[in-house]
Amino acid sequence: MALLEVNNLDVRFAVRGGDLQALQSISFSLDKGERLGLVGESGAGKSVAAFSILKLIAQPGYIAGGEVLFEGRNLSAMSERELRQIRGNRIAMIFQDPMMTLNPVLTVGTQMVEALKAHRRISTRAARDIALKKLQKVSIPSPDKRLDQYPHELSGGMRQRVIIAIALLLDPDIIIADEPTTALDVTIQAEIMALLLALCEQDNVALMLITHDLGLVSQVTQRMLVMYSGRIIEQGPTKEIINDAQHPYTQGLINALPQMGEPGRRLYQIPGSMPSLSRIPPGCPFHPRCPFVTDECRQTMPEYVQSGNVDVACYEVSKLIEQENRAPEVTP
Amino acid sequence: MTVQSAPLVDIRQLEKRFDLSGSFLEQLQFRNGRFTRHQEYVHAINGVDLQVHRGEALCVVGESGCGKSTVARTIMGLLTPSGGEVHYDGERIDQLNGREVLPYRRKMQMIFQNPYASLNPRMTIQQTLEEPVCFHHPAWSKAEVRDQVQDVMQSVGIDPDWGVRYAHEFSGGQRQRISIARALAVDPEFIVADEPISALDVSIQAQVLNLLMDAQESRGLTYLFITHDLAVVEHFGTRVAVMYLGTVCELADTKTLFASPRHPYTQALLSAIPRLEDDRPNHIRLHGEVSTPVNLPSGCVFHERCPYANERCKQEVPRLIGSDTGGQVACHAVQEGRL
Repeated sequence: MALLEVNNLDVRFAVRGGDLQALQSISFSLDKGERLGLVGESGAGKSVAAFSILKLIAQPGYIAGGEVLFEGRNLSAMSERELRQIRGNRIAMIFQDPMMTLNPVLTVGTQMVEALKAHRRISTRAARDIALKKLQKVSIPSPDKRLDQYPHELSGGMRQRVIIAIALLLDPDIIIADEPTTALDVTIQAEIMALLLALCEQDNVALMLITHDLGLVSQVTQRMLVMYSGRIIEQGPTKEIINDAQHPYTQGLINALPQMGEPGRRLYQIPGSMPSLSRIPPGCPFHPRCPFVTDECRQTMPEYVQSGNVDVACYEVSKLIEQENRAPEVTP
Repeated sequence: MTVQSAPLVDIRQLEKRFDLSGSFLEQLQFRNGRFTRHQEYVHAINGVDLQVHRGEALCVVGESGCGKSTVARTIMGLLTPSGGEVHYDGERIDQLNGREVLPYRRKMQMIFQNPYASLNPRMTIQQTLEEPVCFHHPAWSKAEVRDQVQDVMQSVGIDPDWGVRYAHEFSGGQRQRISIARALAVDPEFIVADEPISALDVSIQAQVLNLLMDAQESRGLTYLFITHDLAVVEHFGTRVAVMYLGTVCELADTKTLFASPRHPYTQALLSAIPRLEDDRPNHIRLHGEVSTPVNLPSGCVFHERCPYANERCKQEVPRLIGSDTGGQVACHAVQEGRL
């Protein structure tokens, strides 16, 4: 059994003039110690997916259907009280902006002790010791001093280290990292990512990495999901997708990267932009931008087909697979 | 690189400090029974020399706080330099008064990072684009202005019929096209683009980058391109200047720089980009973090994080000197042959 299983999750936002479908039938799973990447452009629903796992979406958002199973228990049916036993304790989150997630008026130590005491019956002194150990683990210089400092006294990279230390505080099974390094500079980003990876590997923690950076996903994760307009359009082993993307959108995203083009030449570009949630077109949401669009695409959302180990939702891909099956190996 | 006699833009020993200490009374401090005056500066740029040649795209890269935007703004005259000179086409422009600088303003235009903030929300696109044209060509008739605006809208792929709309009705990519159109509307020669694509999504970045390259080709533009994204630089730039804490540490042709970076900071920076090809992060680890530009380290600004630093680096500021690969590097270790 997978550690985390998301089945046909539907998330909607109730707004004036009807519901907006933020997530449509999202299904994926995460094994113990696995590293999963969630890729997509802004507005694709990556963060909503992460938040709804822990039922953290606020009004007017609500879970309209589907289930989230953590060790076989349905998180979406749990009470707030039960959920609090899971949040932060078994499943921890790391957010994009470390300044927004740390409380500016409490010292780092107070915040860490607070989190520990909320979940465990321990003395403040014991909690401080654990906090200190975790800060040492994320290799912050002079950790004992940091415990009594306020977030504003730390640099961006250091704050993100503190956040990682807090996420690891209760020895979680899963860390959900929502764009953990986007706010940081490249050299710091590389360092923080290496640290996060090493720590996850060491404790066999599963990592769900949400990012728009395909380079990062390709380096860090074992499997990846590509999201577009609230749907997963492609999922499978990261290497297979990066080397041979099936969905036209994923292909476009990869080919549009400057490093894929020849210097000085025009880059491949996907025309148009992602529709807003209120204007998702019928059928495949990508069809207005797709070079392979047919009438079928305009009417119904394609089912997933398997190509290698990759699941893709695209009529063009399923056609290609059919052709291959019909005429195997035409020798010249 | 082709040898050109006169650079289009030439900045010499440019310096910019920002005063942090506030008014005189705020500067006074009472310590050990005495009043002392305490002044603090952010040393944003410290003696930068750069030449931008006609028709090239000079990219300036560096991490946040390294002074790349300050360089851009100082060249544009949005900030007054604390020291040094800015020359445009042979003329010194940093000391001109408002009226004298006008002709240069038409030739030099700027594109900003965030198209959500750089377009006036209360003006229609037509008004936004007409404003610079009317301002720089007061003698033009209404029809001429309208024609010019229509041309420029078409050239960036915005339907001229959308002119009646407001900025909030457009997506991020379209807004950035509009701000590019605004820069192009007065037929400039030189464009400073300050992180023009970093606020955009991946698939939109390619569209805007293509547009900038097309404009360069069709109008013979010269770019100063500020970015932190090295993959973009590799694709777009003719030459690259790498900045660290307000100084240029390496300057070279794009190809040379990416093939054989010499400065230890450039090497670390290049190795830190996550690429699709390799499987594992394999970067050069730098110790510590960027020091603040308030208390600049003595000697080489990079010495605190540099694995090759020695006594000389801690004391003596390295100068930008030509290296064997054809670029220029400011590093004692490279110059002494230790690296």
